[in-house]
Amino acid sequence: MNVTEDSTEQCGNSLTRELTQNPLKKIWVPSSTNGLPERHISQRKVCMTNCPTLIVTVGLPARGKTYISKKLTRYLNWIDVPTKEFNVGQYRRECVKIYKSFEFFQPDNEEGLKIRKQCALAALNDVRQFLTDEGGQVAVFDATNTTRERRETIIRFAEQNGFKVFFVESVCEDPDVIAENIVQVKLGSPDYIHCNTEEAVADFMKRIKCYENSYQPLDEELDRDLSFIKIIDVGRRYLVNRVQDHIQSRIVYYLMNIHITPRSIYLCRHGESDLNIKGRIGGDSGLSARGKEFAKALRQFIQSQNIRDLKVWTSQMKRTIQTAEALGVPYEQWKALNEIDAGVCEELMYEEIQQRYPQEFALRDQDKYRYRYPKGESYEDLVQRLEPVIMELERQENVLVICHQAVMRCLLAYFLDKTAEELPYLKCTLHTVLKLTPMAYGCKVESVCLNVDAVNTHRDRPSNVDVSRLPEEALLTVPDHH
Amino acid sequence: IACLCEKGNKQNDLFSDIQNLQMSSKILVGKCSNLTLIVMVGLPARGKTYISRKLTRYLNWIGIPTKVFNVGEYRREAVKHYSAYDFFKSDNEDAVKIRQQCALAALRDVKNYLTEEEGQVAVFDATNTTRERRDMILEFGAENGFEIFFIESVCDDPNVIACNILEVKVSCPDYQDCNKTDAMDDFKKRIECYRMNYQPLDPDQYDKNLSFIKVIDVGRRFLVNRIQDHIQSRIVYYLMNIHVQPRSIYLCRHGESQQNMQGRLGGDSGLSTRGRKFAGALAEFVEEQNLKDLKVWTSQMRRSIQTAEALNVPYEQWKALNEIDAGLCEEMTYEDVRERFPEEFALRDQDKYYYRYPSGESYQDLVQRVEPVIMEMERQENVLVICHQAVMRCLLAYFLDKSADEMPYLKCPLHTVLKLTPVAYGCKVESISLNVDAVNTHRDRPEEVKRGPSILIRRNSVTPLTSPEPNKKPRMEGLDDPIIREVTPAQLTLCSASHTTLGCLICPALSSCFS
Repeated sequence: MNVTEDSTEQCGNSLTRELTQNPLKKIWVPSSTNGLPERHISQRKVCMTNCPTLIVTVGLPARGKTYISKKLTRYLNWIDVPTKEFNVGQYRRECVKIYKSFEFFQPDNEEGLKIRKQCALAALNDVRQFLTDEGGQVAVFDATNTTRERRETIIRFAEQNGFKVFFVESVCEDPDVIAENIVQVKLGSPDYIHCNTEEAVADFMKRIKCYENSYQPLDEELDRDLSFIKIIDVGRRYLVNRVQDHIQSRIVYYLMNIHITPRSIYLCRHGESDLNIKGRIGGDSGLSARGKEFAKALRQFIQSQNIRDLKVWTSQMKRTIQTAEALGVPYEQWKALNEIDAGVCEELMYEEIQQRYPQEFALRDQDKYRYRYPKGESYEDLVQRLEPVIMELERQENVLVICHQAVMRCLLAYFLDKTAEELPYLKCTLHTVLKLTPMAYGCKVESVCLNVDAVNTHRDRPSNVDVSRLPEEALLTVPDHH
Repeated sequence: IACLCEKGNKQNDLFSDIQNLQMSSKILVGKCSNLTLIVMVGLPARGKTYISRKLTRYLNWIGIPTKVFNVGEYRREAVKHYSAYDFFKSDNEDAVKIRQQCALAALRDVKNYLTEEEGQVAVFDATNTTRERRDMILEFGAENGFEIFFIESVCDDPNVIACNILEVKVSCPDYQDCNKTDAMDDFKKRIECYRMNYQPLDPDQYDKNLSFIKVIDVGRRFLVNRIQDHIQSRIVYYLMNIHVQPRSIYLCRHGESQQNMQGRLGGDSGLSTRGRKFAGALAEFVEEQNLKDLKVWTSQMRRSIQTAEALNVPYEQWKALNEIDAGLCEEMTYEDVRERFPEEFALRDQDKYYYRYPSGESYQDLVQRVEPVIMEMERQENVLVICHQAVMRCLLAYFLDKSADEMPYLKCPLHTVLKLTPVAYGCKVESISLNVDAVNTHRDRPEEVKRGPSILIRRNSVTPLTSPEPNKKPRMEGLDDPIIREVTPAQLTLCSASHTTLGCLICPALSSCFS
C-alpha cells in the first residue's frame, strides 16, 4: 500500500494538496480529503474535450462507408475512445422486415422516403443517448447522407446537443472497386438472402442509381466551413477541410494510412524461452531447446506459405530476435514491441508475486487491463505504446510480427475488436501462429499450431479476486512449470 | 547468433552483441526507406521557407537526416547585390539564366547530399511555380532514383501575406539598405513577377500522378495526392498539425526533489522544502504571465505532479513525459553507478545519446517516446510542461534544433523556466530563474572521453541531427566550373561536434571539432 505524502505545507500563498497513489493504476492523484472530486487533474487521454464528436459518413452505396465506419470505430475503441457506429440501413431493416427491391429507394417513393427519414431520426436519437447519457465520446452515423438537406438536419441536431461534426465522404467511380464491394459485402446482406448473384447485383446497381441524381458531394466552396475529409478513389487522394481538434487529426491520420489491398498479417510469440520453462515472467532470456525447434518450424511454415514481400518485425528482446534469426530473412526490431514491463515483479514466478506482493496480485486480477505493475506498465500503457505499430501495420501489406504474450494480446484485440475486459485473457499460446486476413468488415483468423511442445503461460482469472483471499485461491489458475 | 545464447549474461557482452546484432539486422534489412526529395511550390511569401525549415528540424529530430537547399541563398551568393524586383521579371534574360544556374547548382548539391553524404531527405526550397521547372526536377529525380514529394502552399489572404513579408522579408539581406515601406513595396512587385506564370499543381489532370500535398490558407484545407510511403505519411501528418498562431511554450522541471538532494538518479520521490517553494514561485510566475488558456502538462511522477498542484489550475498527466528510465541504476548516485557498473558508466560517457541503461532507456528511446507530446504541442497554443531533466533536454533539442550529440548535455537547471516563443524561422528563448536555490544535477561531458563508434541508425529508433547549415556556394562564373568546397572560418565555428556523422565527412577539421 503506498503511503500518502508528507504534510500539506503552505508555501507562499498556495497550499499543496496531499497526493496519494491510486493502487491499481499507480497514478498520483490529490487525495479528496474534503470530498471534492478530482476535477483538476486528468490522465492524458486521446479525447480531452468534453465535447463529443459526431462522425457522419457521406457517399453513394458501395463506396466503403460501412467498412470505414466499422474500422474507424474499432480503432478508436482500441485507443480508449468510447465509440459506436449507428448504421441507418440496419434501422431500416428493423423497420421494413422484408426487402423487396430497389424500388424502395426510388426518389419518388413517398412511403419509402418517410420510412427512411424516420429511421435516420431514430438513429440520431440513439446517437444522442450514447453521447450524452452513456459516456460515449464518438458516434459514427453511417448512412449515405448524400443531400445537403440531410446533412443540414444533422448539423442542426449536433448544434442543439453540443456535438462537434466531422464528415467522412467516400467518392469513387472505379467500376472494379464498386463491383468488388458489392460482391464482398452486399451479396451476403440480409436484403439479398433470397436472390441469386446476378439478381442481387442488378438490383443493387439500380439502387445506386436512385441516389445518383440527388447526390450533392461535399464542396470546397459551399461547404468550406464544415470539417471534413473527402476520400477519393480508395485513398488515392484526400481533401481535408478545417480539422478542429486532436481527435479529428488522429482520425484523418488513420484514414490516410489504411488501405484495402489484400494481404495477411501473421502474429506469433517468440519460441519458448528459458524463463518460460521456469514459470517466470518477463526478463530477457534466450530460447530453450524447444524454442529453437519452433524457430526452425516457423521458418518452414513461412516458406510453405509462399508470401510475397513479407516484412518481419521483432521486439528488441533476445528471444524474439533469436526466433527471427532462424528465418534467414531481413527483419526489423521495434522497441515498442517489447513485452510488458512487470516492474518489481520482473523475473518472478507467480508464486513469488503472491508471496511478496499479495495485494498487487489481487489488484491485478480485479482489473487486469488497467492494473500497472509497480514501476512497470499496464495493458493500457501497452496499447498506447503499440499504437504506432498498429498504424504501420495498417500501411504495410504482408507482415509477420514475432512478439510476446501481452503484446500479442493487444494487437489481436485491435484486429478482432476485443474489449478491454477480454484483451488480457486472450489465448496466445507459444508455438502457434495466428494468420489474420481482412475480409468483408472484419478479419478472418486461422490458428496454426506448429507442433512443437511448449509450456503453457496462460493464467486465467481466478474466481476469488479479493485481497483477503487465501494464497491457494490466488494460485489456483497458475499454469504448470518446472 | 548461436553465440548469443551460449555467452554469459555479462552486460557488456550483451551490449556489444546486440550492437553487432543490430548492425547485422540493419545490413540485412537494407535501406528502410527511399531517398526523398521534397519540392516546395508557391508564390513568394507563402511560407515555403518556414515550412521547409520546420519540417527539416522535425525530421532530423526523429532521426531522419534532412537538409534544406534554399535557392534564394544560392542566388544571393551568385548575385552579391540585389537591386530591385526587376531581377525577377520573366523577360530579364540575364537574370533568368542566373536563376536557372542557381537551381541547377542546388540540385547538384541535393544529389551529393542524398547519394554521398548519407542524407535521406532533401528539401528543395524555391518557388518552382512553373510546370517546366517541376518537370525538370521530376526528371532529375527519376535519373537518380529519388522519390519526389511536392509541398505547395497556396494563400490569397492579403493579411497573411503582408505579415509574412514584415516578419521575414523586410529584414532579409536583399533589403538591408531599404526602409520598410520600400521593401514591402518592392517585394509585392516581386510576387507579381511570379504570379503571371504561376501554374499551381493540378490534381485533376496534369499532376494527377504526382505525390503532393497542397496546403491552403495556412492549413485551413489540405489536398493530399498519392502518398507513397511511411515518410510521406508522417510528413503529411506533421504539416496538418502545425499552425502559425502566436503562442508561447514554457518548459521547466519539477521542483527540487528529495532524491535530487541526495544526488540520486530517477526514482519517484516527492518535493523537498525548496522544491515546494519553487512550486509556489512557479504559480506566481504563471499568474504574472497573464496567459490566455494555458494548458499545463506534467508527467506521472510525483514530483512533477506536486509542482503542478501548487498552480491550482487543471493539468494533464502524460506517462510519456516520465523521466528516462535508468533501469538497474534507478535511485543510485553517480558514485554508486561508477562503483557497481564501471563499464556501463564509461559507456554512457562515450555516447550518452545512444547509451541505454541496463533494463532502462536511452535518450534515443526517449525521443521516440516523447514524439506524440511534440505533435500535440504543435497543435496547442500556450502550454506549460513540467517535466524532468532528460525529457526537457529532448523537448528543447526539438525546439532549438540541437543534435543528438548536444542533446544530453543541454543545460536544464532546476527552478528555471524556459519560455520559447516562435519567431520568424526559429524560436526565441528566455531563461527565467525563479530565484529558489536548488542542487545542480547537470553533469558535463567529461574531457578526455574517446568517442565510441556510432551505432547504426535503425528506423523507428530515432537519431536527431542538427539541421545542417545551408550550403554557402562560392560565386559561380559558369555552370561548368567545378565547385570547390572550402571550409571557411565561419563554417568551422558553426560546425559543432554534432556533425560527427554527416558534416565531418566533408569537414577537414574533424578532430578539432570535438568540444
